[in-house]
Amino acid sequence: MQIYVCVKHVPDTAATIRVIGGTGFDESVKFVMNPYDEYAVEQALRVRQQQGTGEVVVVSVGKPAAMSAIRSALAVGADRGILVKTDRQFLDSAVTSQALAKVIRQDGAPDLIFTGKQSVDTEGMQTHFRLAAALDLPVATDVAAFTMTDGKVVVEREIGGGTRESIEMTLPCVVGATRGLNEPRYPKLSDIMKARKKQVREMDLEELGVQPAPSGAPELVALEAAPERGEARMLLGTPREMAEQLLEHLRNEAKVL
Amino acid sequence: MAKVGVCIEMDRGEVKRANLGVLAAARGDGDNEVYALVSGRCEDRAKALLSEHGARKIVEISTEKGDLAASPDLEARVLGEAVKRYGFDLVLGLSSARGKDLLARIAALMNIPLTLDCIGLDIRERMVVKSHFSGKALARIKLPAGGCAACGIRPNAIEPAPAPVETEVETFRSSADDPGRMAVKEIRQGAGGEIDLTEADIVVAGGRGVGGAEGFRMLEACAEALRGAVGASRAAVDAGWAPHSMQVGQTGKTVSPRLYIACGISGSVQHFAGMKTAKAIVAINTDKDAPIFGKCDYGLQADLFEVVPALTEKLKSRLPG
Repeated sequence: MQIYVCVKHVPDTAATIRVIGGTGFDESVKFVMNPYDEYAVEQALRVRQQQGTGEVVVVSVGKPAAMSAIRSALAVGADRGILVKTDRQFLDSAVTSQALAKVIRQDGAPDLIFTGKQSVDTEGMQTHFRLAAALDLPVATDVAAFTMTDGKVVVEREIGGGTRESIEMTLPCVVGATRGLNEPRYPKLSDIMKARKKQVREMDLEELGVQPAPSGAPELVALEAAPERGEARMLLGTPREMAEQLLEHLRNEAKVL
Repeated sequence: MAKVGVCIEMDRGEVKRANLGVLAAARGDGDNEVYALVSGRCEDRAKALLSEHGARKIVEISTEKGDLAASPDLEARVLGEAVKRYGFDLVLGLSSARGKDLLARIAALMNIPLTLDCIGLDIRERMVVKSHFSGKALARIKLPAGGCAACGIRPNAIEPAPAPVETEVETFRSSADDPGRMAVKEIRQGAGGEIDLTEADIVVAGGRGVGGAEGFRMLEACAEALRGAVGASRAAVDAGWAPHSMQVGQTGKTVSPRLYIACGISGSVQHFAGMKTAKAIVAINTDKDAPIFGKCDYGLQADLFEVVPALTEKLKSRLPG
């Protein structure tokens, strides 16, 4: 089984984001592998284990620092990595998916491609769909359960209100992982050391013949800190009195009831 | 004037309420030509509602090549064909679980730009506002001029605005083939109640302070009195008191209700990421230093086990039925 996992290097979800220069942000914060991609990596490792054979290749398109996201996937058991370098953190999904499709096609014949359902920085939620379209493969997203038998994959995805849809897909296919799919493993210290010796091929985005900012792409014209609410207006009294006041305020002041 | 196609998300033959905000966004300042695209037959009640909300045309999408509800691949191809045929400047839909999936398939297939989870849209300027970094920042994105683009609107982010029009109904028959690579096998209704969390007008959410699955029953009673849905913080989900489908926050659902009542939730940045666009946020917490009190509208420093039942009781006594 040839399995590819696409990962993105993103600011930690706990990081404070400081907007700089109109469309950028202070990138000195801690970066991690995109949380949803951890489920993707874990599922790839489980499939390889189940099959008893196969290779898990981690692919990332990002700044040179994205090497650390690849290394963390190697540390939990991925076999090798490919880093497509660019100098931008914000890349249009169409560009990223084009680069991923080219580099995967160049590298081998995928049986399965796992990704996260979205990145937590730009929240585009579409790279895996574009990747699948570029490779002419079926794709499912928000995948919270995965089984594979007889060359077919059955995934379950939540479609609102706790309702679950199960979808059967033929191989090869693209799977966008979400929380609940599995419990990602932690790396052992010895594995982190070993991961440093694993092979990671590096190349520039341009070497793949992909333009980082083609014309006709959506353009980020401004990034702004989201407006924050102020301190709460604290209600006083006994619990019953507070409940009474709250309903009064919600009806007549906030007008939401 | 722009020609805008809106993919309408149906639920058992009815137009889901959240579509109405998308129709309002599609109309923009009033002179856009709005087409409502409905997979399959559109019943009279649905027609009347779409007409009341400004859809000048309803296009019933049909195909003889398979069941649209059972093949996401086919549905995207069929809609993609319709989008091309009508020559829309913009395709809109809900950024719900189903809507995101459908729009992403259409955009990938047609290779057109797509922005999902939009909370603002200016069609004349072709400018959208969407969250970045899970709501910590807002991005203003300019869609390319000329050609078609697609946008998914966060449920409840744009207010519905009725604008009755005369509506024509027509059928679009597609000849697109199903590649036959995927099929929906089963849909299992969840225990999440009648109201979808991401589309609920009111959300009552519980965190660590709720103390157990039992406490969530109490929140359910309150949510029911408010005709809302119940949500949970990551701490409550991790503790096993609520399913992941109820989680609000960075690794859960993003909600944009009119009213969000956070019970026993301290208010991490990750939690705020999932609910900060609510119109009003109420926090109930015994800890006066809980971070949530620093960024919400009304704070009740109190025991939720006393306040919530009192609230439920008062709501029930005032609401008929």
